[in-house]
Amino acid sequence: MFDVAVVGAGVIGTLIARELSRYRLEVALLDRSNDVANGSTKANSGIIHAGYDADPGTNKAKFNVLGNPLFDELCDQLDIQFNRIGSLVVAFNEGERATVEQLYGRGISNGVAGLRIIEREELQALEPNLDDAAVCALHAPQAGIVDPWEIAVAAAEIAAENGVEVFLNFPVEDIDRSAGPFRIISQGGEVEARCVINCAGVFADRIHGMVAAPSFEITARKGQYFVLDKSAGDLINHVIFQCPTREGKGVLVTRSVHGNLLVGPDAQVIDDKENLSTNRDRLDYVRRSAGKISKKIPFNEVIRSFSGLRATPSTKDFVIEESRQARGFVDVAGIESPGLTAAPAIARHVRDLISGIMGGLEEKKDFNPLRRKVIRFMDLPDERKNELIRKDPRYGRVVCRCEHITEGEIVDAIHRKVGARTVDGIKKRVRPGMGRCQGGFCGPQVLRILARELGKNPTEIVKNECDSYILTGSTKYGGIEEQVHGQF
Amino acid sequence: MDSFDIVVIGGGPAGMAAAVAARQMGIEKILLIERDRELGGILQQCIHNGFGLHHFKEDLTGPEFSERYIKMMGELGILSRLDTMVLSITRNREVVLINSAEGVNTVKAGAVILAMGCRERTRGAINIPGSRPAGIFTAGAAQRLINIEGYMVGERIMMLGTGDIGLIMARRLTLEGSKVIAVLARKPYPGGLMRNVVQCLYDYGIPLLLQHTVVEILGKDRVRGVRVARTDENSLPIPGTEELYECDTLILSVGLIPENELSLSAGVEMDRRTGGPIVNESRETSVPGIFACGNVVHVHDLVDFVVEESEIAGKGAARFVQLPVEKKVTSVALLPGTGLKYVVPQRVNPAKVAERLDLFLRVNRVYGPSCIEVKEGGEVLKKVKRPRMNPGEMERVRIDRNAMETIKGSDLTVEVVEVEG
Repeated sequence: MFDVAVVGAGVIGTLIARELSRYRLEVALLDRSNDVANGSTKANSGIIHAGYDADPGTNKAKFNVLGNPLFDELCDQLDIQFNRIGSLVVAFNEGERATVEQLYGRGISNGVAGLRIIEREELQALEPNLDDAAVCALHAPQAGIVDPWEIAVAAAEIAAENGVEVFLNFPVEDIDRSAGPFRIISQGGEVEARCVINCAGVFADRIHGMVAAPSFEITARKGQYFVLDKSAGDLINHVIFQCPTREGKGVLVTRSVHGNLLVGPDAQVIDDKENLSTNRDRLDYVRRSAGKISKKIPFNEVIRSFSGLRATPSTKDFVIEESRQARGFVDVAGIESPGLTAAPAIARHVRDLISGIMGGLEEKKDFNPLRRKVIRFMDLPDERKNELIRKDPRYGRVVCRCEHITEGEIVDAIHRKVGARTVDGIKKRVRPGMGRCQGGFCGPQVLRILARELGKNPTEIVKNECDSYILTGSTKYGGIEEQVHGQF
Repeated sequence: MDSFDIVVIGGGPAGMAAAVAARQMGIEKILLIERDRELGGILQQCIHNGFGLHHFKEDLTGPEFSERYIKMMGELGILSRLDTMVLSITRNREVVLINSAEGVNTVKAGAVILAMGCRERTRGAINIPGSRPAGIFTAGAAQRLINIEGYMVGERIMMLGTGDIGLIMARRLTLEGSKVIAVLARKPYPGGLMRNVVQCLYDYGIPLLLQHTVVEILGKDRVRGVRVARTDENSLPIPGTEELYECDTLILSVGLIPENELSLSAGVEMDRRTGGPIVNESRETSVPGIFACGNVVHVHDLVDFVVEESEIAGKGAARFVQLPVEKKVTSVALLPGTGLKYVVPQRVNPAKVAERLDLFLRVNRVYGPSCIEVKEGGEVLKKVKRPRMNPGEMERVRIDRNAMETIKGSDLTVEVVEVEG
C-alpha cells in the first residue's frame, strides 16, 4: 500500500514525485509508457516563460510567475542545462504594437519584473537576423530554455534515489475505490494508494472519469516542429515569438540548450490522442509562418521534424484540485503552456494539497536533493578527461560522432536509477542520435551497448515503446557474437 | 607535443591510399587516425564484389580491396591509431585526438590530409512526414547491422532512393530472405550506377518505380506501411496518386553528404555544390598544408577513383612537407557551367600540373550524345564526346599538360553541349 500514487511520469508527475520524496511517504510513480517523459514532455518548445501571457488571476499566470524563478536552483540540483537567454515578442507592423503593449501591461499585472519594450534599433542590435519589418518587441530577460525531458528524467531519478517506486509500462485501465483506498488497475498488476495524483497529460480526463463524474475535458492540440542542425543555432540569440493571436502563441524560433535551432509549433486540434504524425501541409505552414520572423532560417539544415500534443483543458485554465467526489484524488490536468515553467511551483502546491489531505507531512532526514553529477565528458578540461579515461577507458571511446558522446556516458545513463532501457532512452538522456546523422552511425553501436549492459540479445532492444522492435532476427550466417562466443 | 610530417584523418580507402602515396614519396613520419577498431572504413561492410576493376584490374569485394591497402600500410610501416577520434583541427595543423589508451592528445602535423568520408542523408533531412516508428534505416546503417553485426532489419522492405548502397542492399536483403517490395526513385532516372540497377534490381525481379516517392510513414511503434505517390517533372509528389504499401521497414538511400565538420573547424573553405572543401590540382584546400581526398571532397561512385584522387592528395601533401616554401603560383578557378552539378578540383595552378589534369564532374540530369567542353573565355581547351551521361555516374575529363600550357590566366568553365544524335 502506497500513500500516494502519481499517475503520469511527465515533467509534472516526476517533479511532484520528487517533491513528495522529501517526506516520509510511500510514493509510486506510474506511467503507461516504456520510459518517463514520453508524452507531451518529450515534444514541446522547452521554454521557461516569463509570465506575461496568461490573464491575471488564473492558475496559469500564478504558477508561471511562481515557477520561473525556481529554475536556477532546480536545474542545478537536477544537474541539467538551463539558460536564461531571454525572450522577445516581436511586432512586425505598427498594428501589432498594441499587442506588445498589452502583453507588457499584463506582465506588470502578473508581477513579472524586468519587462521592457524595445524599439527597432535596439532590437536589430540584439537580433540582427530578424526580419526587417520588425518595429518593436517586448523583452523579458528572465525567459529561458531547457530540454524538458531532461527535467523529467532527472526528477524521476532523484525521486527514485529517495525511495519512490517507479512502475513503467503501467497503463491505468481502471481505478477502484470500493474497498477504501484507491486500487489502480493495469494489465500487468495493481497498485494500492491512499491518494492519487492525476498527471496523465492528454489522458487526464479519462483517468479522472475512473473515479468521478467528468468535470473537465482535455483536448489534444498538436504542434509540429523542425529541428535544425547546430550550425544554424546561432541565427538568433533569444526566444523569438510573434504576437499571439486567438490560436495561441504562434510559431516561434529559438535555440535549444544544446545549440540546435527549433522552429514551431502550429496548433491543430486532433481526435486521436495517440497520433503523433507530422503532415506536409502543417510543416509547410510552420515554415511559412517562421519566415515572418526571419527570412534567413536555413531550412536545408533541418535534421528532424516532430510533433507533440498540448493537453488543452475545457476550463481554459490549469485544473489543480482535489476532486470533491473522490477525496484523496487530486487532478493536475490541462497543463498546457506555460505548464513546463509552472511545473516546479505546481509540484510544491500539490505537496501542500497532499499535506492537507494526509494531515501534515514529515520531512525525511536523509532526503538528498542532488542528482549524482552527470559527466558531460567533452565539457571537461583535458586534465579531467584524461584522469577519467585512465579510471574508465570507456570515456575514451567516442560513440556519437555528431554530439561527441562517449561510451562511458552511455553506460552511465543505463545504470542510473530509472535508467535508459531503449535507444530513444539513451538519446533522451545523453543525446546520441540527436545530431545530424540521426543515429545512422551510432545507432548500431548504441544497440550493442544496451544489449551488453542489460544482458540481452540485440534483437530484444527496442527503439522506444515495447513493440518498437529494431531487429527482426539474425542473418543466415548469424551475428558475430554468436559465431565467436556461441551466444551474445 | 608529438609531431608528424603528415597526419591523415580517416582510415578508409582514401586515407590509406593517401598515406601510402606519401610514404612512397619518401615521407617518414606519417600518422593515420581511424575512429573504428580496424582500418578499411565503409569498405569493411561492403561484402559485395565489383571493387578494384580499374585500379587492380581485378574484381574484389570491399574487404578484399581494403585488405590490399592494409597490407601496404603494414609493409611500409605506416603508423596508425585505431579506435581514435579526432575532435578538432586548427589552421596551423594541430590535431586534437582522443582514445582510450592515451586520452586526449594533441599532435602537430607538417601537413594534414582530410579523408573522413561521408555520411548518409536521413529521413529528417528530406522531411518525410508521418509517424516516427522503429524500422526506418539508412541503407548504410542497415548494411552495417546485416553485414557486420549479423542481424536482420526487417521482413517486408520498401526502399526509397536509388543510391548505390541502397541498390546493393536491395539485393542483399533479398538474398537474406526479406521481401523487397519496390525501390522508389523520385527522379525519372536512378541515382546510382546503371550496373548496380541491373545486377541488384533487374536480376532479382525487384520493381524499380521511377518518379515515385514516400509521402507518409505509417505505424506507431514499428513501420506498418508507407504511402507512395508519383512525382511530377519537378520531382514533387502529385496529389491524388497516393497508394498504400504495407511493409515493416523503410530503407533510405537518398544521398550522401561529405562529412566536413573537422574541415570547418580548421577554417577550410567549402564548395556549396559538392558539400566538400574547395581543392586545387594537388587536392590542397584553401588552408595551406591541409589536403583532402575521397568522399570528404565529393561523393565518388567507385573506390577506384577515390584512391586515384587520394594518391594525388598524398603526393601533394608530401611535396608540401618536402618543399614548404614555394613561390606563390597564381591559380585559376574551374567553374561548373551549363549542365554541370559540380567539378573537382575547383582551382588549378596550370604551372603545377605535372603530366595531366583529371577533372572529376557530375552532370545535373540525363544527357544523350553530348560533349563536355573545358573553355577559357571563348577558347575550347578540351572537348570530349559522350554517348550518354547521367548524374549517377561520375565523369572524368583528362587535360594534357600541353593544353594546360595554353591557359592565359582567366577562369575556366566546364559545360555540357548537347550534340545532334
